[in-house]
Amino acid sequence: MAGGPGGGKTIMVAQEPHAHAAPQGFIRKYIFSLDHKVIGLQYYFLALTAVFVGMFLSLLMRIHLVWPAAVLPLVGEIKPETYLTLVTMHGTIMVFFVLTTAPQGGFGNYFLPIQIGAPDMAFPVLNMLSFWTTFVAYLVMLAAFFVVGGAPLHGWTGYAPLSALQSAGPGEGLGADLWITSIAIFCIASLMGALNFITTTLDMRARGMSMMRMPLTCWSWFITAILGLLAFGVLLSAGVLLLMDRNLGTSFYLPLGTINGQLTGHKGGSPLLWQHLFWFFGHPEVYIAILPGMGVASQILSTFSRKPIFGYKAMVYAMLGIGLLGFMVWGHHMFMSGMSPYSAFAFSIMTMAIGVPSAIKTFNWLGTLWRGRIQFTSPMLFAIGFVSLFVSGGLSGPFLAQPTLDIPLHDTAFVPAHFHLIMGVAAIFGIFAATYYWFPKMFGRMMNENLARIHFLFTLVGTYCIFMPMHYLGLAGQPRRYSQLTELNYLHPLVPLNRFITYAAIVTVTAQLVFLYNLLWSMFKGPKASDNPWHATTLEWATATPPPHDNFGGHTPVVYHGPYEYSVPGAPQDYVMQNDPATVAAH
Amino acid sequence: MGLVLLCIIWLITIASTYFFVAKTWWLPAGASAATAAIDHQFAITFVLMGIVFVAAQLALGLFVWKFQDRGSASRAEYSHGNIRLEVIWTALTAVLFVGLNLAGSQIWAAERFRPADEGATRVEVTGMQFAWYFRYPGPDGKFGLTKPELEDPSAGGEAALGLNPADPASKDDVVTGTMFVPVGRQVEVILRAHDVIHSFFVPAMRFKQDAVPGLAIHMHFTPTQTGDYEIACAELCGLGHYKMHGMLKVVSQEEFDKWLAAREAEKQ
Amino acid sequence: METFTPAIPAQVPSTFRGGRGNPPPFAGGGDDGRSDAGPPDHRTRLRRARLGLAVALTPILMLFVSFTSAYIVRQGLPTLDANSNQLVRDWLPIPLPTQLFLLNTLVLLLSSVTLELARRQLGREAALAPVKGIPGVSLGTERRIPWLAVTIGLGLTFLAGQWMAWQALADRGFFVATAPSSSFVYLMTGCHALHLFGGILALLVAGAASVLHRSLDSRRIIVDVTTWYWHFMALLWIYILALLEFAH
Repeated sequence: MAGGPGGGKTIMVAQEPHAHAAPQGFIRKYIFSLDHKVIGLQYYFLALTAVFVGMFLSLLMRIHLVWPAAVLPLVGEIKPETYLTLVTMHGTIMVFFVLTTAPQGGFGNYFLPIQIGAPDMAFPVLNMLSFWTTFVAYLVMLAAFFVVGGAPLHGWTGYAPLSALQSAGPGEGLGADLWITSIAIFCIASLMGALNFITTTLDMRARGMSMMRMPLTCWSWFITAILGLLAFGVLLSAGVLLLMDRNLGTSFYLPLGTINGQLTGHKGGSPLLWQHLFWFFGHPEVYIAILPGMGVASQILSTFSRKPIFGYKAMVYAMLGIGLLGFMVWGHHMFMSGMSPYSAFAFSIMTMAIGVPSAIKTFNWLGTLWRGRIQFTSPMLFAIGFVSLFVSGGLSGPFLAQPTLDIPLHDTAFVPAHFHLIMGVAAIFGIFAATYYWFPKMFGRMMNENLARIHFLFTLVGTYCIFMPMHYLGLAGQPRRYSQLTELNYLHPLVPLNRFITYAAIVTVTAQLVFLYNLLWSMFKGPKASDNPWHATTLEWATATPPPHDNFGGHTPVVYHGPYEYSVPGAPQDYVMQNDPATVAAH
Repeated sequence: MGLVLLCIIWLITIASTYFFVAKTWWLPAGASAATAAIDHQFAITFVLMGIVFVAAQLALGLFVWKFQDRGSASRAEYSHGNIRLEVIWTALTAVLFVGLNLAGSQIWAAERFRPADEGATRVEVTGMQFAWYFRYPGPDGKFGLTKPELEDPSAGGEAALGLNPADPASKDDVVTGTMFVPVGRQVEVILRAHDVIHSFFVPAMRFKQDAVPGLAIHMHFTPTQTGDYEIACAELCGLGHYKMHGMLKVVSQEEFDKWLAAREAEKQ
Repeated sequence: METFTPAIPAQVPSTFRGGRGNPPPFAGGGDDGRSDAGPPDHRTRLRRARLGLAVALTPILMLFVSFTSAYIVRQGLPTLDANSNQLVRDWLPIPLPTQLFLLNTLVLLLSSVTLELARRQLGREAALAPVKGIPGVSLGTERRIPWLAVTIGLGLTFLAGQWMAWQALADRGFFVATAPSSSFVYLMTGCHALHLFGGILALLVAGAASVLHRSLDSRRIIVDVTTWYWHFMALLWIYILALLEFAH
């Protein structure tokens, strides 16, 4: 069977009836589907609703910060405690339900099996359960807004005792219990997902698909799953201890103390214990958020430079290095915490070390572009944007990594400047790039390139206008999580810059509607796509668009080449598909 | 499109760099002994990271313009990489990052490894929702004991701290809402918190330290210029976090002695 | 049909050796193509399930590693005593119902043995299944001890024994919030019990498999995987007991 206009030849192997037959009926096809492709889309659309909720919350935050007395439509007046609720829920929803959901649960679920030549994930029922458990966690999280006292105000980091004492503030009652419970449920869902990713990658690759021939996207999902496997159990333990302190009277985190003049009734516990447990999870978590974006960036930069990725092996080792070192740096969140200054020094060295593999990746991305034939498709624009944003966000890391410099910078706006550029923009650009890249394969249609360009330009410039100035605010000493800047004299001169950021945020959030419109309209009305519109090499492009239920229509691919064989000298086209049996330089 | 990307990336790079170099918004003027060393380490880090930032972004912009597909004239180079280059830039990056860190480690050691000097001015700083209290040990040089049961924030002062009247050492303790210290002498702060974690942050002193319930954390800094310096809370502590501020007044030794004597006299 | 068409120069394949490709130089791929014919066979499914279990045990291990580190840190943790303005250590180990715990340990170890027997029994059943299908062949009526049911019984006995141990602690006045040491005792034994209960549920599913019309192969896989999980839970229990008894 010849692949369509863009497809390579598919080698024929004996017919392979799929392990489970294609489902019938609406419920089994779209609601409780066992098909990893449907589940991937479910995760993606959950993340899509979550990101708009998260953006809305951040918009309210930005508006209140610069116009504290404003009375907004629908929401009304925002009180200081409400502001902190917005801060908490914005962070929590974005980190968990967007950044830990779309790149891995969404695209990973959809494309890992296909890219390695497998008919599905190793455990389809578990896969289905992992999505629905995530969905339950999401509902529990949103429920916190609607209970007595409202959602918690302790920040996404939930430091005890603020998060452990029910009387520490509004929202710290039932709202905080729901928040912790939601996260605990999310932990379990993530662990189920990680199980599937790891088993599938290790056990279900097609013939010829060695580990070192896997696309870098597969490597990124695999390493991310390992990080999650090791980190989420610790978060779960931290949450269990917190629920016990809050509701059973234990004192894991709570020392002797009073609140509002009343004895808390606890003693002997350590607030630092929460920080250690939380950040032991929390630091790998940020790598969980960025690694899939790195994999996608590598894939797309290579595809649209028509060049193999520069230094494939180095890229793999760099991701492994980031994953491993990611478990050894958690104390850099705790330099000011009262932790031993000697430990701080040790964590600081490890943190500088982790900058090295990140730098290697950046050099290799630049090396991929060097002497390429760059095509500015919408995925490529976002991949290029990813590199720029990763450089910007990454280079503020070495400031915070030095405890000496962390003294003036910790808990100022410099910190959200740093992590937003990486997580809040670069990782999101990874999701956008992946969307524009794989949309044709998932929906059989093309997205509109003109709308994509408008979206890209407004978002790139807009996000830089939001987050680059935050560095200046942090240097000037503006603390984090202040609901207004009215009380300290030295903050007054910073209000105009804060206003600029707010205006930029309003414009940027509005520009996302262009993306949403493009996405939804193109799903139904976009021009039809061929099987391989990008002339790409990896296995998802060797199968039909959209892929059949068992991914390859009964023909398991056999792999002959590495994942990025572009512009191979002597080849008939400027790309050689992974399953193309023609003889070219074996790689 | 390549040219558009180049222009945008270069403009963003140049604009951001300009504001950093011009110090339009910058660290407030420092007034402590540690300022010179910390600001120097800042400067080195800025220059080095700035060079990398500009180089990387300009290269990115240049490459996407220079190597764009120009039709049949363009050919992509088939290359899987270059091991020598990998080794070189890995080594350089490692030396740069680790070296930068080690360069700053002396300051950290000086600020945090060593305890306060013998003759330092001792002030106990206590944070609670949502105020800072400062306690001086009084003529006996000892801080009196406090009892959590006695804490009454609504009464302010000694009662807010829960000073234990049964302890003779607490009778002469001076409790204020403003922190006075003499210039040119090291200040030892003993940081405590009653309820949740707070953080004592004085930007002008380049000083920050979390105040953690259940701990008494000893730190020090040395103010070198007189003046009034705002204290901000730098750890989320509840709805009043944004207005939990204080004032550090650095005065001459004579003024400080006069002020302290007057406060101590009130306690007689 | 919309295709994104970059301008690719037409290549004249002058030096290109087209035609049939070579088979891939490495075996690669987890399957090695063994599953080419038909849905995954029992061996593949079992291997995959065991791999999945090994992966799944990792976060459970991390959970208890996390509790352990909190336990050890808490023991040595100094806290500010307001009465003396000094840092003091307030760890007081509580007396444990050791005999009861040891008895429960024996029950759990025994259940590991019986579950192993059940696993092998199912294996023999599967091996003999094709033979049994031949008309006229009779293997006699073996007296089959229902090892699976015995294990479930022993597992529930263990849980009941743990409950009794908690009662013993409560009778001595040690509840979950009484002291930090008692908090950890309840925490770790409770989490272990919860996980063991999960194992019991899995065995109940396996036991009900014939009613649910699951194949013998599926039952074997569930029992095999649960057996390894169960052994892990037994080892974990011994570790927890040793930690609580000796590390204080």
